[in-house]
Amino acid sequence: MANSAVGVIFSNIHDENIPELSRHRTMASIPYGGRYRLIDFALSNMVNAGITTVGVVTKYNYQSLLDHLGSGKDWDLARKDGGIILLPPYSDETDTPYSNRLEALKGITGFLNHRNEEYVVISDCDGIAHIDIADVIAYHEAKGADITMVCHEEAGKIDQSYFMTFATDEDGRIGSIKISPKTTANSKNDVYINIMVINREYLIGIIQDAVTRGLSSFGKDILTKHVDTMKLYAYKFGGYYAGVNSIQKYYQHSMELLDKNIRDELFGARDIYTKVRDSAPSKYSDSAVVKNSLISDGCVIEGTVENCILFRGVKVGKGSVVKNSIVMQDSVIGSGVELDSVITDKNVVIRDRRHLAGCAELPYFIGKGRMI
Amino acid sequence: MQRKKECVAMLLAGGQGSRLYALTTNIAKPAVSFGGKYRIIDFPLSNCINSGIDTVGVLTQYEPLELNEYIGNGQPWDLDRAFGGVHILSPYQAKKKSSWFEGTANAIYQNMTFMQKYNPEYVLILSGDHIYKMDYAAMLKAHKATGADCTIAAIEVPMKEASRFGILNTNEDGSIYQFEEKPKQPKSNLASMGIYIFTASKLFKYLEEDDANPNSSKDFGKDVLPAMLNAGEKMYSYRFSGYWKDVGTISSLWEANMDLLGDEPTFDVGDPDWKIHSRNPLAPPEYIGDKAHVNNALISLGCEVEGTVVNSVLSSNVVIEEGAEVVDSVLMAGAVVKSGAKVVYSIVDENTVIEGGAVVGEDKEAGNGIAVLGRNITIGSGAKVAGGQILDKDYKGE
Repeated sequence: MANSAVGVIFSNIHDENIPELSRHRTMASIPYGGRYRLIDFALSNMVNAGITTVGVVTKYNYQSLLDHLGSGKDWDLARKDGGIILLPPYSDETDTPYSNRLEALKGITGFLNHRNEEYVVISDCDGIAHIDIADVIAYHEAKGADITMVCHEEAGKIDQSYFMTFATDEDGRIGSIKISPKTTANSKNDVYINIMVINREYLIGIIQDAVTRGLSSFGKDILTKHVDTMKLYAYKFGGYYAGVNSIQKYYQHSMELLDKNIRDELFGARDIYTKVRDSAPSKYSDSAVVKNSLISDGCVIEGTVENCILFRGVKVGKGSVVKNSIVMQDSVIGSGVELDSVITDKNVVIRDRRHLAGCAELPYFIGKGRMI
Repeated sequence: MQRKKECVAMLLAGGQGSRLYALTTNIAKPAVSFGGKYRIIDFPLSNCINSGIDTVGVLTQYEPLELNEYIGNGQPWDLDRAFGGVHILSPYQAKKKSSWFEGTANAIYQNMTFMQKYNPEYVLILSGDHIYKMDYAAMLKAHKATGADCTIAAIEVPMKEASRFGILNTNEDGSIYQFEEKPKQPKSNLASMGIYIFTASKLFKYLEEDDANPNSSKDFGKDVLPAMLNAGEKMYSYRFSGYWKDVGTISSLWEANMDLLGDEPTFDVGDPDWKIHSRNPLAPPEYIGDKAHVNNALISLGCEVEGTVVNSVLSSNVVIEEGAEVVDSVLMAGAVVKSGAKVVYSIVDENTVIEGGAVVGEDKEAGNGIAVLGRNITIGSGAKVAGGQILDKDYKGE
């Protein structure tokens, strides 16, 4: 059944939400959870559903993504037929690269035409969840839907610039779609989490129609306008979902990984694949004090680390105290340093005896490769 | 033009490793876990790829299943190649005869066709029993410079241990005038590391002759090397002075694991200039809990540590519950130490469960030796496993 679907992942959409972390990379390649990139969750969900062909739509800044994905072998997607297929922007003399999702889809109609799978699973990279895509496809088939959109119930006020909510009937069919409605502290909304299943030929038809009529927004021009005629169904995902749409959310959701239940849900039942780096196991020295932290491979810890996420190859020197912080790959923290509520990007160097602090609501961010 | 490889490596991985007892009940010695995420065979394989040797035959015989699965297509070591790469060579049935590999030389002899396919100038013979980092390219360079027919890597060992090794007696220029296999009264302390580079044509010639000799035990150290020396072939030693450790016994395997610990470890597996490649576990970062104490330890991905871990090496997905204590020990993948249990001076193999309140092993100072627990067994709640005890079945205590 799963071979009846091809995957499409948008790597750049939502980049503007986290400018700090997407300045040098795509949304898809933002590091997450100690040894992952955001795309690993979307890709692993697809691979675990038996999908063997995934097109990755890119626009700009995709060097780090190419480096991460390589041939796709770490996801078992180095295939003769299919596997990971990178879809960089297509433009000729008269065109510029796409500026919205519809144009991006138009750019990959060649890819979609050449596949023979019945369905397309489209996913963005802004969410961390363990979603059984095979079950979503089965639901899509059972409902005879044209499009099945995965949603997650969000309680309270949603402070996002763009989001979609649904109202559904008892059967799960979407009766109305609202774009960025007003939400309050008491409201509960089924929010679309940017994963959909759509019949491939149906999708190609939509794209062609949109191109001839000059439409630009998949949400506004197509879904909301044709909600009565299209068979749109909502698949309600009830598990843990972390939407990463700001640096605050990034920090907050990252820290949730220190909760065993959340870790078990994300990593326990099935594998999350990622690029392998062949780092040594992490070394804890005699002077190390480590509490409530996730530590990746290749770290060397000589100081105190509490409530932290350390990525691969991080060094924490003697006498340093690092609390409530996220330290990305190969960053080096000297000795006598104090960090609280700090996010360092990759390859940051914090020299001896520096003291830096942010707060939970506004973590102090240090850009890639900086030396403090 | 016929493609060729300058140097092909042949890795002898058939050994049972019977002195590792319960750790090799179902697996070959080269597949034994080491240093958290590694297997012994990762070291020679990584040395090969780091030395630019991309064609490796791995000769297996004893319990090859797990080793074969581990090596797979060789991709973790970058040894999945269209021409060359890593190949598992098992004993096979031929038209005229079929036989198990009888000795080290016979194992290589039976795979002559494999080597000849690559038309090599040189053949590197390795074993899968040692932990070390070595640049075989430098050794090959020395082999070419001396114009030797055979070069043997050698290391100085303490004189009192020399009688356990094959000893090389050499001239000042490093040429070998005598080869003594485990001599009672060694003349030198220069021990053969079991790493040989042969000029391929000579190797093939002497393997043919050795096979035809009914009195030969088909062993490199006992038969082929002495035969070459007697015939006046040029044989040189190649001095190696780095870390080199046989992990063929329980105590040496434990010691080698401990050599990885410390701020200035005796042996560094984290050297970015000489990466040790391995098949990586699919696991999230390790989690160290609120009540945990972790000191002087090596911990791998997927571990969940809520208890105390001191002077120890943990492979992937090991669970140490709150109130459990692990000291001076090596725990392999998936081992579980439940609340209130204590593991001291022990080696615990994969997926073995130590129930609450159990005590495994005794302090090193007690002098009773290392306790060893085999794979997939359960040590019952409150049970006591004495120092030096080796268990390969569930144990509920006396």
